[in-house]
Order: sequence, then C-alpha cells, then structure tokens
Amino acid sequence: MRLLTVCLLALVLGRAATAGEFVLSAYCPPALRLDDAGNCVLHSQYQAYASLYDKGVGGLKTGLPPVRDGFTPQQIDLGRYLFFDPLLSADGSIACSSCHDPERGFSDGQARSIGVQGTPLQRSAPSLWNVAFMQRLLWDGSKASLEEQLQGPLYAAEEMGGNPQKLLAALRGNAHYRQLFSSAFNDDSLDLAQIYTALAAFESSLISLNSRYDLYAHGVHSALTGPEKEGLNVFRSFVARCAECHTPPLFTNQQIAVLGVPEAEGRPLDPGAAATSGDDSQRGGFRVPSLRNVALTAPYMHAGNFDSLREAAAFYTGGRGHAVPEGENLNLHWHIWDPELSDSELDRLVDFLMALTDQSFLPEIPKTVPSGLPPGRAPGLAPPGTHALHSHPVTEFDHEALP
Amino acid sequence: MIAARPLLTLLLSLLALMGNTAFGALHDVHEGDSIQAAVEAAEPGDTIRVHPGIYRETVYVDKDDITLRGVVEEGEWPTLEGDKQLNDAILYSGNGFTVEWFKITHYKGNAIMGQAGNNFSIRNNWIIDTGVYGIFPEFGENGLIENNVLSGIEDAAIYVGMCDYIDVRNNHVFENVAGIEIENSRHALVEGNIARDNTGGILVFITPGLPIKTSYDAIVRRNTVINNNTPNFAIPGSLVSTIPAGTGIIVNSGDDVVIEDNIITGNNTAGIIVTSQDFATGVAGDPASDPNPDRVQILDNVMFNNGNDPATDVKALMLTQFSTTGPDILAYKGAAEAERESCVSRKSAYRTFGLEEWGDCTSPTVRAADAVGSAPALAGTTRDVTTKMLPEPATPRVITVDANGAKLVYQGICAGCHTYNIRMIGPPVMAIKAQYGEDASAIASYIAAPEKKRPDFPTMPPQDHLSEAMRLEVAKYMLTLNK
Repeated sequence: MRLLTVCLLALVLGRAATAGEFVLSAYCPPALRLDDAGNCVLHSQYQAYASLYDKGVGGLKTGLPPVRDGFTPQQIDLGRYLFFDPLLSADGSIACSSCHDPERGFSDGQARSIGVQGTPLQRSAPSLWNVAFMQRLLWDGSKASLEEQLQGPLYAAEEMGGNPQKLLAALRGNAHYRQLFSSAFNDDSLDLAQIYTALAAFESSLISLNSRYDLYAHGVHSALTGPEKEGLNVFRSFVARCAECHTPPLFTNQQIAVLGVPEAEGRPLDPGAAATSGDDSQRGGFRVPSLRNVALTAPYMHAGNFDSLREAAAFYTGGRGHAVPEGENLNLHWHIWDPELSDSELDRLVDFLMALTDQSFLPEIPKTVPSGLPPGRAPGLAPPGTHALHSHPVTEFDHEALP
Repeated sequence: MIAARPLLTLLLSLLALMGNTAFGALHDVHEGDSIQAAVEAAEPGDTIRVHPGIYRETVYVDKDDITLRGVVEEGEWPTLEGDKQLNDAILYSGNGFTVEWFKITHYKGNAIMGQAGNNFSIRNNWIIDTGVYGIFPEFGENGLIENNVLSGIEDAAIYVGMCDYIDVRNNHVFENVAGIEIENSRHALVEGNIARDNTGGILVFITPGLPIKTSYDAIVRRNTVINNNTPNFAIPGSLVSTIPAGTGIIVNSGDDVVIEDNIITGNNTAGIIVTSQDFATGVAGDPASDPNPDRVQILDNVMFNNGNDPATDVKALMLTQFSTTGPDILAYKGAAEAERESCVSRKSAYRTFGLEEWGDCTSPTVRAADAVGSAPALAGTTRDVTTKMLPEPATPRVITVDANGAKLVYQGICAGCHTYNIRMIGPPVMAIKAQYGEDASAIASYIAAPEKKRPDFPTMPPQDHLSEAMRLEVAKYMLTLNK
C-alpha cells in the first residue's frame, strides 16, 4: 500500500504544473493511445469497419477517412497551450480559442467572428471537432492541411494580425515556451514548423465519435429515442437528402457544394470556393461542414445568419434557389430542391441532430498559459476559474481516496 | 422413401446454398401488422414474411442478414403504399439484406434505398411511381438487382450510386426518366434488362462533386433498349433533367465500358451517346473528377431505326453532316478524341457521328475490360464474364470480441471518463486496479449496472449495451493498462 502511494504521488507530480512552471503531459488525450514509438494514435470502434476506397463515407457501419494522428503527447499538450494563448495575436488580445472555444463546440457563438481589429470577419468560425479527418479546410475548402490552414488566421491583418517574425520573437522571448518547445521537439530551434506542428497536433486530438447516434450505429438500437430514429430516417431519406452530402460517419462528404444560402442582410454574395479555386462554376460553393456537435455551434452557415438548427434545416425546404440574389446564376447543387418537409419532419431532424452531440473527449482549458495573459475565450465566456465549465475538471487524483 | 431421399439431399443442398439465412427464424406479418415491428424483433439471419395486404410505413433495416420476403397469393401482393405522404418504403444499412416480392408504390423518395449495405439482393419487386428513384443502393459492395419491374420514376428507376461489384439483370424498366443508371460505380454488369419508353434507357455516368470520383469497368450486355422517347419529366435541377428524350444508352465520362449484344432500336435521338461532361451543364466544377470517357468499347449490337426525331442539340450536330436524323452512335466532344482509346466493331453497319478517331474493337491490341477473377479469352468480347459480383461476400463489419475489439471500445467510450492516473469524470484506472486487483469479471458485472460507489464521483452510466463477453474483454483490457 505504501509503495503504491509513493508511486501514485510520483505520477501525480510528474503531470502537475507547479507555480510558475509548465510541464507537458506525457499522456495522450482520450481517444488516442500511445503506441510503441511514443506517438498518440487514434482508436475508435469505427476502425473495425471498412469504407469504399477509404473515403470514409457511407452509412452506419462505415469506416473513417484517413486521420491525422501520430503526434507525441508533449506536442499535443504544447499545442493546447499555444491554442489558448493570446500571445499568438499581434496585440495579445485574442487566441485561437477566442473563435474556437471548447465551450462553444470549438466555434464562438458569433455570426461572424471578431478579429484583432474588433470588426467582424467575412465568415463564421467553423467547429474544430474531428478536424483531424478533414482533407480540406476552411469554408472555401482551399487549404489541404491544418499547418497550411492555421497560418491564415495567424497572419491575416483582420484576424490575429501577426506575422512570422513577430510570432517567433514573442515565443522565443518567453522562457516557458523555450523550455516547452525544447521538451516537445527535443530541439532548441523553436521554429515556425514546430509551432504549426504543435497547433495541428492539438487540433487533431479533438475527436467526437461517441454520441448516442454512434452507439446506434454500432448496433445499440435503444440508444436513440423514437423521435430521433424518425429524424434519422428523414435525414437519410431521398426526400430531405441530408445524408447525401452530410454523409456518415463524419456527416460530411468533404465536397464543395453550391447551396444558394442567403447572406446576412445587406451583405453581397460570398463567392466562396470560386474566389480561391478560380473556377467560376463553384461560385457560392462551400465545403460541406460536419454536423457532429452541430447543436453546440449556432448560429449556422458561412454567414452565421441562421440562429437555430430548426431555421438552418428549414432553409432546405424553402425551394431551390429561393435565396439566390437576382442576377446571380449559380450552379446550385442537384440535391437542392423542394422536399416539402413538414413541420414535424423538421422537428424530428433537429431531434436527430441533437443526438450527434458528444463532448466526452473535451480537452481541459489551461488555467494559465505561458504568456501569463488570460486564456482566450469566446465572447461572453468568462476566464476559467470564474465560470463553471461543462468540461471534465482534470484535477490531481486524491490518493487518500483509494480503498 | 427411395424417392424422398434425393429430394432431401436437394433440400439440404439448397439450404446450404442459402447460407445462414436458412437457419434463422421466420416472422410472419399480416395486413394490419407492422413490418418494422417484425424487423425490430428479428435477429440477423431471420426472414420476415409479409403476406398480401396494404402496408403504409417506412421500413428501415439497420441489422445484418435480414430477409424481407413478400408472399404473393393468387395475384395478391403485399403492397407498401406511400400515399405520396411517406418518404421511402425501405431503407437498409445492414449487410446481407434481401428484399423480394413486394409491390411498392406512391412514395416520395425511393422504393428501396441502401446506404453502405453490402452483399444485398433486391429481386422480384414491382415498383410504380415511388418518387425520385425506385431501387437505389448507395455505397454498397457486392449486390444483385434482378427481375424487378419499375415504372413511373421521375429520375432513375434503378440507380446504382457509388457502388462496386454489382449485377443488374433481367429487370424491366419503362416509362421512367432514366431506366438504369450506373453512377460513380465500378465493376457492374447490366445484362438482359428491358429498358423501354423511358427518356433515356441505360446510363453509365460520372457525376462531379461526389466523394467517390470514378466509374469504370461496366458491361452493358444483352439488353433490349427500345423506344426510349418519353418526354423528360425530371425535377428541374436534377442531373437527369438534361437527358434528351429519345436516348437508348448514354455513357457520360464513364471509363472501360463495354456495350455488347444489345438490341437498341426506336430511340428517336440516338441509339448510343458517348460524351464527356460537357453534355450536362449547370454543375459546379470538380477538379478531381475526370470529365472524359476513356476506353469505351461498342461491340456487336443490333441497332436500327434510331434517331427519327432527334433532340435539338443532336439535330444541330447532324445538320453539320447534312442529315436530319439522329445517329445510332454519337460520340460528343471529348468522347470523340483519339486519346480516349475508344473503339467500335463493324462501324460501317451503323449511322454514326464523331467516331472518326475511334479504333476498331476487333483489333487484338484493344484491351478487354477487367473481369473479376479472369480476363476474357478473346480481346474485346465479354461473353465469358458471367458476373461482376464478388466470389466471396464483402468483409463483415464487426467489432471483434477480443483484446483488439476491447481496445477500440475502451478508447472509444471508457477513455472519455477514465485515464490511467488522473482524475476525470470517473476514477483513474490505477484506483480501479487497486480496488479490483485482477478480477476482470467483477468489473464486467459492475459496469453492466453501476451503482454509486465513491461519494466524490458521479454514478457511472450503465454499459449494458455491450455484450457480457465484450464487457469482460474491456475489463481485462483496462487491467492491462499501466500508463
């Protein structure tokens, strides 16, 4: 018993950060498991299933698309500190987490996010849940990797407003970060690639595949209520056609789709994918977003102008092209039609979408970050410690409680 | 007795052929009962027998190895009636699904739709006006669609979407917009069907913007494709709404398609149209989708009396050749180019447009389409290819009840609340190990019906959805953790 207590104490101390010091976790976040090479790799029941051509699209028992994993626990934990640290913005006012807050489904509850200039950005902040599986990123699908994508918000003047030189100087000027990068990468260079890797590592650890829907998919049919099953059948029916683009298991087929979604009042049509791909036939096209944890990420669509899931679902029953501005001739997706869904069918769809919520692997928001600045939070969310977070409080285990 | 013995042997062989389904339970459903209730009561391997009568419901099958079998008595069919109120008649996602001998009518979406169900059989169904599609397997591997009769469908009557290894045989499709459509699918045999009086008879397509990008290795053989002249009544905006009435067979961007031994007559625009994606307009671009049909082989087919009243675009093309009638075979834009390596047999027998650059299929240098198992003996012909289905069923999808399966379940579910040494929602694994020692079975029974044990932790949610054996494996796995 005494030996066990000593071991426990050692382990607990090995994990905890003492005052003024940051120690990176030696453990993988849940869902990931340390392999023999010391990297965190995904384990999910979905890995027992195949998918055609490894595309990760299909029905209930369909495997996942290729995943970004294999980062070390230390890289992931370093990424977590960076993610919440406003030191990454030009004026120390916002962090990645200011627009991608765990308590807002890794979005921010805003129609359009607010950057360092205090003005709304072009689009709403997409959720980061399951971003490890996304083959293209951003609303316009223009980025192929997390490392490539995250440089956008870091350096865009209206977003975090930084530049590579300033970012390097800020991090290299911080003794905690010098020590943390050295420990995570076994290397003292603290360079841009390491920063991007650590952020990508943390983002890739945000796995949500354990909702009640997932239990149903794995064969536990009691996991969904009657109304939710009705909603599933509306969702996958060829009348509503939701599953044709929001295809299980990730509830996205990762394609660009032109829907003809309205812009916010007075805003011009967002050209979407056409602006970055140069293919005008994609005008008004956006990457199909995953619907996992969608109940947490209102308001909806790229313009953030649908306040509720019910309103977002009702868009699809408004008639093909009903919100396309006059004079625009968009190549609307063939699944956009008028399914004439009834009010009760829309309600059931919302019931079903709410069964996709799973935050069981929510990461901890650090109480302090190396810069000493308050960790970035979405508008209206108090800094941790003053606000009850719906996450799992990770505290040192009280070994006295052992039998 | 002597006579009974061969009969018994025959019966046993038949049972063996039918596989494990023969040993499942039978569930009888009569008019007034719910088919879905029977599905819910059924176990994998069971058969649900539905007796004549009208059934107004959406039946969904999210289990493996279920057979829905209609019982037809003196011409009375069990009928799924959607009253133009219900969306789909039958949805399935399980493997090994069979549905046969149903009349299905007046649904809004589909008669029968599969999402990632493998090893399916859909046969002997009578489907009238069921909305967008009649039979629509999607994301399925290894399936048979046979002896179904479908009419009045506003898109494709039989639509094979993003599937592999599918046979479509001996179906009769008439008065639909599209008769049979193979879309973004590979390894398909479309044989012995009658496609008549549709807008377009048989289609092999690549549609851009779908997650699975290719369509190749399709054989369209021994079909009767006649009088497909019904005016297009598709919903505006749908992909088939651009199909010109009067088209027998259309290959739009599909690769390695063999068209052989068909009878193609009376189609007023053209017998066969081979085209690149230029043909359909109004679709957003997809750089990952190859727009051109490569290596199309049009072998021996009986074609006459096509093109009598061609659609406007085709008429305009033909006028450039000083003709007002449509062709037997039309290669359009990219499909006409030599680099497509397409070919035709006996070209001089047909009226053609755009085939100047096509090769002669009788040349031995032309590669035959891939056959499953063995290549055809003769270059060009597919006559010795009997099926595109797999010799063995597609891989089962099971989380195995062993250490590997337990690891997935543990990481997928348990790890949300338990880490090795840190307090989360539940106590750390080291505390659990300290309490239970090596007693995995005690953990396995506890997690089936947990009670509150520790004052400072919430009660654990029951995991009785896991089988007893799996709970034991997960408990054993948990006890192996040491970091």
